[in-house]
Amino acid sequence: MRHVISVLLENEAGALSRVVGLFSARGYNIETLTVAPTEDPTLSRMTIVTSGSDDVIEQITKHLNRLVEVVKVVDLTEAPHIERELMLIKVRAVGKEREEMKRMVDIFRGHIVDVTDKSYTVELTGDKGKLDAFIEALDRACILETVRTGSCGVGRGERVLKI
Amino acid sequence: MELTGAEIVVRSLADEGVEHVFGYPGGSVLYIYDEIFKQDKFKHILVRHEQAAVHAADAYSRVSNRVGVALVTSGPGVTNAVTGIATAYMDSIPLVVLTGQVPTTAIGQDAFQEADTVGITRPCVKHNFLVKDVKDLAETIRKAFYIARTGRPGPVLVDIPKDITVARCKYTPPTGEIKMRSYSPVVKGHQGQIKKAVQLLLQAERPMIYTGGGVILADAAPELTKLVHMLDVPCTNTLMGLGGFPGEDEHFVGMPGMHGTYEANMAMQHCDVLVAIGARFDDRVIGNPKHFAQNARKIVHIDIDPSSISKRVKVDVPIVGDVKDVLQDLLAHLESALKENRRDPQQLAAWWKQIGAWRERQCLKYKRSDDVIKPQFVIEKLWEVTRGEAFVTSDVGQHQMWAAQYYRFNKPRRWVNSGGLGTMGVGLPYAMGVQMVYPDADVAVITGEGSIQMNIQELSTCHQYHLSPKILCLNNRYLGMVRQWQQIDYGSRYAESYMDSLPDFVKLAEAYGHVGMRIESARDVEGALREAFTTHKKRLVFLDIITDRTENVWPMVKAGKGLTEMLLGSEDL
Repeated sequence: MRHVISVLLENEAGALSRVVGLFSARGYNIETLTVAPTEDPTLSRMTIVTSGSDDVIEQITKHLNRLVEVVKVVDLTEAPHIERELMLIKVRAVGKEREEMKRMVDIFRGHIVDVTDKSYTVELTGDKGKLDAFIEALDRACILETVRTGSCGVGRGERVLKI
Repeated sequence: MELTGAEIVVRSLADEGVEHVFGYPGGSVLYIYDEIFKQDKFKHILVRHEQAAVHAADAYSRVSNRVGVALVTSGPGVTNAVTGIATAYMDSIPLVVLTGQVPTTAIGQDAFQEADTVGITRPCVKHNFLVKDVKDLAETIRKAFYIARTGRPGPVLVDIPKDITVARCKYTPPTGEIKMRSYSPVVKGHQGQIKKAVQLLLQAERPMIYTGGGVILADAAPELTKLVHMLDVPCTNTLMGLGGFPGEDEHFVGMPGMHGTYEANMAMQHCDVLVAIGARFDDRVIGNPKHFAQNARKIVHIDIDPSSISKRVKVDVPIVGDVKDVLQDLLAHLESALKENRRDPQQLAAWWKQIGAWRERQCLKYKRSDDVIKPQFVIEKLWEVTRGEAFVTSDVGQHQMWAAQYYRFNKPRRWVNSGGLGTMGVGLPYAMGVQMVYPDADVAVITGEGSIQMNIQELSTCHQYHLSPKILCLNNRYLGMVRQWQQIDYGSRYAESYMDSLPDFVKLAEAYGHVGMRIESARDVEGALREAFTTHKKRLVFLDIITDRTENVWPMVKAGKGLTEMLLGSEDL
């Protein structure tokens, strides 16, 4: 099962490597990982997308909590939540492809953020499925490069991860 | 008051009440050593290898329940120390390891004796710090001690660049409680869960108490003993938990696991309620977890570390908290429950009868000999000669298992060995740490001719500080445990398990300024031990004991097998 785990941790040098080291040392998966400081610059918020059986996920959250720099851990997938990922994708756009590509970006509610006579750079936000679908919808040959941030997530409604 | 970083280090250690620091100097810690030279608050013990410094600090902590302190230099000083740190980490021993680092301006430049200490040690410490500003130094050291000794204890490393030790800042002795928003260990157990555990225990027909190193670390042996006696239940202690319950008590069924007793393993498998206290169901204790889960039983697990619970076996009643605290609550609930409802005194009769039948297998019986020295016999004699009162350290291998099986530990913190990491070479430095706490106590190192050579340079340290452990080297000219596995699982192909070109240990001990003895007949064992522990009480004695070459450790549960799939002797092969 895929899980989205949110971690609030001290914004200190080395904290990220403790988390990553934990996953590699114990053989847990990381599908994506994003991290950035929060509105309180002493804290970072991390979103880890991982997969594993319930037992493995339980161990992951316990071990994350055990890290001295980790303040709070929440498994967002336990309740309704929102996930978003940002993708920048550079595509070939020449001749009549340009119009077609523009339409496609509009359908997916993306933005073209850079234009040359041969290419577009598209900014697209959404959950993993939407970004995957956009890539699927394109002809592979026209994709020049893809860069994705990995998911970040937040609980719906009143659920708040804060100290 | 303005102090240099080095002065702050020394002040901080003194403020923590540190009396002994085990270490080895080098370039990046010279300012710190210069301050150590000028003070008399604590004593520095100069080892001969950084690994031994950490092991000695580790044993110091194991027997005293204080935080052990080691001090080493950057680069190779740290890499040498890593084995010691990892050993302490696996057994949850509170240590503060101070390491020198190249100056902050040189970090990342591949400077002389530079190593990424924080990176190298990250997976084997509870936490580590790199101090980048002298203003943070005092608070960091204080946090290190706090983190090391609270919660599930463990080693904490503080990496201090050389320029920080010479930089100055205003120093005010830190006071008040340490508060960290990201670190607040649980102490108190959940009362509802504790009540559930009491109910399970009172209803059980085949209860069993299984305890590990957590009982020793929490100083909860008195509570455990009271609990076992109040309930009249069988109790087993793991390798790390020996001494948590008196080894001579009739409720004690011996150690469980790979080389545990028949009765302990059978009881672990066939009980209907298992209460695990400060133990972690590791592979050497329960064998194959699938096989272990085949028998239905309710499991109560008391541990300070939530991640130890339901890690290898599913637990029915998890109780997170300090073992001592939880046991005190559990005893209180149990007392009031017993007042309300008297238990049928016959409730456990069938269970004890069954345990008696298992005991009749006499799984620790071995073939005695008047001539050839059986290693088990040496341990039994050591027990007699020291009246079971010695501090016993061991290395890793067959001798370690025999020590655990035959030296019946009645008190906690008397048995010091590397249970989790299984580090050969700990025995002698462990004895040094023990003797720094108890200079007049009997200390025995049970070792083999393989293990002892892994830190034999420490004979020199022992001479310098007049340390007088008695080294019982069970010399079978084999790496015995490796040879045993090769005999059983690798068609008796003894690949590289033969110890050739051994030194003359008697002469070697003498060369280091100690007493050496060679014992070759069973008849001489007791006399030699008495001589070592009385005539040479104040000297280190190296007893090179030539034992039966091919004796094996029984019983044995082969790796990956179920707990009850025991080999009781060579006839089972």
